Amino acid sequence: MHAYANPARFLKIARPLTPVCVGVGLLLVLLGSYVGLFLTPPDYLQGDTVRIMYIHVPAAWLGMGGWTGIAIASIVQLVWRHPLAGVAGRAIAAPGALFTAICLLTGSIWGRPTWGTWWEWDGRMTSMLVLLFLYFGYMALANASDERTTVSRATAIFGIVGAINIPIINRSVVWWNSLHQGPSITLRGSSISSEILWPLLPTVIGFSLLFGGVVLMRMRANLAEAKVEARMRRMAAS
Amino acid sequence: MKAKKQRLILALLGLGAVVGAGLLAASGLKTEASFFFAPGDVAGIDLPLGKAVRLGGMVADKSIRHDADGVTIHFVVEDGKAKVPVVFKGIAPDLFKENSGVVAEGEFRADGSFVASNLLAKHDERYMPPELDGKMHKTGSLKS
Repeated sequence: MHAYANPARFLKIARPLTPVCVGVGLLLVLLGSYVGLFLTPPDYLQGDTVRIMYIHVPAAWLGMGGWTGIAIASIVQLVWRHPLAGVAGRAIAAPGALFTAICLLTGSIWGRPTWGTWWEWDGRMTSMLVLLFLYFGYMALANASDERTTVSRATAIFGIVGAINIPIINRSVVWWNSLHQGPSITLRGSSISSEILWPLLPTVIGFSLLFGGVVLMRMRANLAEAKVEARMRRMAAS
Repeated sequence: MKAKKQRLILALLGLGAVVGAGLLAASGLKTEASFFFAPGDVAGIDLPLGKAVRLGGMVADKSIRHDADGVTIHFVVEDGKAKVPVVFKGIAPDLFKENSGVVAEGEFRADGSFVASNLLAKHDERYMPPELDGKMHKTGSLKS
């Protein structure tokens, strides 16, 4: 892992990887959305509302996956002092928050016709809203310190502490009576019929690749900015 | 090397403490964080009379009965352990039907029945096309 501690070596891989992630991701998202919107059958109960799932599920997965990434980056930063870990954490925060917001929004739009309400303080919804606020807190904390490319140690600690919300979100529908339905896709299989389920695969993978591409872009932009700053400082000194 | 190991142990201890605290809090919140009472939850205890609560469960088979006024609905909510008769006056959501999940907002009456002021339909985790309706699964409970 420390082979990539050198930003130049990281950039050598990140540069060609970015367009691949974005291109393939975009293609898969478009494919999954087209199939999900036009070709799959409606649900027997929800009708066409079921199609919001093809956006909602990837958004939920990336909102939670984003924070898991932040938590891992935080541990790597605190324990191994890896110079890119903080850069990655900072880069993940904004897209993670965006997807969490998309998840809450699409869920609300789905909830109105299905449950009969836009919002209820149910365990799943509340813990997901808390995740959004955790992202805001992380971003505020990251910008509160002098660190511009990486994040401060306090921010990294916050990233680890906030990770406790991830299993809570995941288990909220199992531990507590909730309005949100239980997990459809578990290790034992799926309770979503396969002809409705399958476009979810390309949209989940596609949005994940897009997410990865955006994170790589943000990391590269941050590193480039640090480089410019260092060069300006050197020019001013000479 | 030693400092690195120390930091690793410290980070793991910290992570363990946070996870432990979270799990303790979650189990402590077991009843408070629940969105609704299931009929089985209130079967043994004193009914929370005069308090706004939610009652959730399955709408029992062939239990929906409409009054002559057209807006009053009687039905029974069950969870496999107990049954609670519910009366509701108003417009029910589209997905409200028998053998399907419901969350009723309202309050209990002393005789054990429930007066609902609002109904929410609870969708379960099964999704299927119309031609498979009821053929693939039979809804029996709120949880898989």
